[in-house]
Amino acid sequence: MKLSGIGSKWVAVAATAMLMAAGSAGAQDVTGAGASFPAPVYAKWADAYNKASGARINYQSVGSGAGIRQIKAKTVDFGASDAPLKDEELSKDGLVQFPTVIGGVVPVVNIQGIQPGQIKLTGQVLGDIFLGKVAKWNDPAVTALNPGVALPDAAIAVVRRADGSGTSFIFTNYLSKANSDWKAKVGEGTAVNWPTGAGGKGNEGVSAFVQRLPNSIGYVEYAYAKQNKMSYVMLRNAAGNFVAPDDANFQAAAAGADWAKSFYQVLTDQPGAQSWPITGATFIMMHKSQDKPVQASATLKFFEWAYGSGDKMASDLEYVPLPDTLKALVRKQWADIKDGAGKPVAFK
Amino acid sequence: MIDADPLPTHAPEQEVVTLTLPATQIPKDRMMERAEPAGVPPQRRRNAPWADTLFSVLAHSAAWLTLALLGGIIGSLVIGAAPAIQEYGLSFLWHSEWDPVQNRYGGLVPIYGTLMTSFIALLIAVPVSFGIALFLTELSPAWLKRPLGTAIELLAAVPSIVYGMWGLMVFGPILATYVQQPLQKAFGNVPFFGELVSGPPVGIGILSAGIILAIMIIPFIASVMRDVFEVTPALLKESAYGLGSTTWEVVWKVVLPYTKTGAIGGVMLGLGRALGETMAVTFVIGNMNQLDTLSLFQAANSISSALANEFAEAGEGLHQASLIYLGLILFFITFVVLALSKVLLAQLKKGEGQRS
Amino acid sequence: MTTTTTPPAPAAMMRQPDAGRLAMHRRRKRVNVIALALSLAAMSFGLFWLIWILVETVRLGVGGLALATFTEMTPPPQAEVGGLANAIFGSVVMVTLATSIGTPVGILAGIYLAEYGQKTWLGATTRFINDILLSAPSIVVGLFIYSVVVARFKGFSAWAGVLALTLIVIPVVIRTTENMLTLIPGALREAAYALGTPKWKVILLITLKSARAGVVTGVLLALARIAGETAPLLFTALSNQFWTTNLGEPMASLPVTIFKFAMSPYENWQKLAWAGVFLITLGVLALNIIARTFFRNKH
Repeated sequence: MKLSGIGSKWVAVAATAMLMAAGSAGAQDVTGAGASFPAPVYAKWADAYNKASGARINYQSVGSGAGIRQIKAKTVDFGASDAPLKDEELSKDGLVQFPTVIGGVVPVVNIQGIQPGQIKLTGQVLGDIFLGKVAKWNDPAVTALNPGVALPDAAIAVVRRADGSGTSFIFTNYLSKANSDWKAKVGEGTAVNWPTGAGGKGNEGVSAFVQRLPNSIGYVEYAYAKQNKMSYVMLRNAAGNFVAPDDANFQAAAAGADWAKSFYQVLTDQPGAQSWPITGATFIMMHKSQDKPVQASATLKFFEWAYGSGDKMASDLEYVPLPDTLKALVRKQWADIKDGAGKPVAFK
Repeated sequence: MIDADPLPTHAPEQEVVTLTLPATQIPKDRMMERAEPAGVPPQRRRNAPWADTLFSVLAHSAAWLTLALLGGIIGSLVIGAAPAIQEYGLSFLWHSEWDPVQNRYGGLVPIYGTLMTSFIALLIAVPVSFGIALFLTELSPAWLKRPLGTAIELLAAVPSIVYGMWGLMVFGPILATYVQQPLQKAFGNVPFFGELVSGPPVGIGILSAGIILAIMIIPFIASVMRDVFEVTPALLKESAYGLGSTTWEVVWKVVLPYTKTGAIGGVMLGLGRALGETMAVTFVIGNMNQLDTLSLFQAANSISSALANEFAEAGEGLHQASLIYLGLILFFITFVVLALSKVLLAQLKKGEGQRS
Repeated sequence: MTTTTTPPAPAAMMRQPDAGRLAMHRRRKRVNVIALALSLAAMSFGLFWLIWILVETVRLGVGGLALATFTEMTPPPQAEVGGLANAIFGSVVMVTLATSIGTPVGILAGIYLAEYGQKTWLGATTRFINDILLSAPSIVVGLFIYSVVVARFKGFSAWAGVLALTLIVIPVVIRTTENMLTLIPGALREAAYALGTPKWKVILLITLKSARAGVVTGVLLALARIAGETAPLLFTALSNQFWTTNLGEPMASLPVTIFKFAMSPYENWQKLAWAGVFLITLGVLALNIIARTFFRNKH
């Protein structure tokens, strides 16, 4: 029997569609969405966990704000954000949050002849640069910190993020702490009213601009700076030392925070001799009272596995795993996640 | 007896009224047939009389569905933008401050960016598309028509994010070195034009976005123009050629006026794409929410790239509502542009048939 | 006007061409040549960009193509082996479904506008509103489907993605269908009616058939557009790291995957992103060629 050309096409499509709608439900599919900062490490963990257990944890990066919105709307099983929610907001929406990994944001420059780590800045001067108050590289504020370094008499080309992002939140949070002018004029947030500078889309956009524009300065996640071998800047931390960005210094910053009091910790400008000033943790949000206890249990099992076996994978990707004491605190909080009957969701 | 009986249907015995013309040789009992027909012709077709009604219902429902969908989109936009409309009203249109931290928003910069980039895109794309359509229909040899036509349509197949990435990494630097810097050197000091070419010549900004948009909409406009040019009745063109017109005159004075509705429809298709294009513009427009200069080289912002950049992170409340308000304004801009094009078409149609 | 000289003899007049008419003829010829040269230039301009972008795409994309690209799932960063199988499948499924749903609706509505609704208020409103919907930023369409489908059913799904893409296909198809149908001369329709053809047959078998090439162009343009759209899928189908055939779940797609991978610092992701770009362009080109040969006017 020969069907006419177009008719057979529609029939084939309809048949395939019906086959697919009835298709596989899959072993415990969990969906999460949120920050793009930890997306690579979550992807790596999910891939390894899938090979180990068959469960599919599907995480997609849509942005910290979108992640918070999705978990509040219950369209995903867990949300992720670089900017932690304040405790009042958490209790208002019935959420819990816990950190998973720690990373750093790094200012990078593109000046001819300058090597990585050769330039030293303070938070105050960095803020003034991004405010536009310090306009040239050989401004006294900059040369005072860098004696002996040949800085050109050229305008500073500022590059920052065009899109809203948790990276911007961490960076502007640090600038607000370190520069009172910045706090008054601009403030902190995932998106702010930048006084100056060209906006690149994503870390990739900022890296591209910085690499192309001479005498430019921008800020990117540490993984980008390392992968693209960009010239990072040394910053003076709260203890008064000039430090370079690397895993040990991120960990030092995390160690100083008081996690037992609350998980709402922004790790910028932390005390500690070696702390990198622009460090941040990234958080997961889940509902306290679960409508889908099966998915919640699968999610917690995944993170439990990640805490146990995922540390090496995280550091391979330039993230800093949590210290063990912090992991213990997080596990205690997981007992707060209960199903409809009031029983804690099992994850062991 | 009468010979050659023109109506062989009646029996020879019946009385025949003979008149002069054979066609009027009718038997008496059938004479009034034409004036008073014996029966009623069948009102409905014998094969599937419901087919017409069904088809008409289908077509009508498709139109209603489209109406309902757009109504739904606009409705959800209005609901989403309500907080911002309540807060700002129309003053949103001329304030340029955009501060998420202080929760103060004004839409002037994105609106200006959208309008300027689309204008530049149309300025470049419409003549080029017309030239391409002209080439494909009149100049190109027959064996080349199909491949070249497909090649132009292939420009539409390139995903918009590729235009963005290519624009940022490849096109931007070249534009900066070979176009922007020479323009700035040549015209930097000219009174009005100099203002347009001031600004950092780094390959991002309104000009870059406009050029990339032009390349993106060329396939849309060119394909539609080519298709409508090809459907022009050969008779019209041949009449013009017969009078001694050149190829150009035939196209400009015969084909284009005949197809003007379709051609303007194609331009609208391209304009629609330009106004709404998100990814390509976002990469190269630089996202700066200030409007200090009229410079084309300065970074700016457009409505769709503001939506794409900030919506994911925008908190509930005024930030999100302001972004949705921008989307609503984009719909309104399209509305105005469309109305203007209808007026233009009406004017052109009125001019038809008038004596020159 | 009086002349003091005697007019030249008729024979001489025949030998001397009329100066004014020749000049006009020369000017018209010149204008013609210039216009045609400009159109050749426009064609080369268009081709130049196409070739440049295609060369870049091929150069960067072919390197990432291997058998694994079609058989392996999207990998985590820095993995040795990886591919785009789930993204390719998702894109093919969602684009096919969206085109299959959107094309009939679009063609029917276009037929309504051209054949039934030229003077009705429904026709005028639909036409106007369709043109507005044409310029909707695709992200707005995605957000609409998000609030209507995803938030309502509390989950991202491929069906939501299909609906969002359909809303982008419909206006393009309506506009091109209506354009082409109105250009078919009325004489063709009248001839068919005179033979007693019912209206629906006239439309389907005569008018639409003559306008076939243009309608197919419209469908292809719409398909090319949605094959590369990222924004409407971000909030509807989301994406999926794993293989799935379940349309009620988030599903991967090539544009979203490309977006994610291209913006990352990892080399294996970037190579896959360009391979994905190459695949989309190639796929749409192949479809274009197939559709053109299939629907070619056979005269």
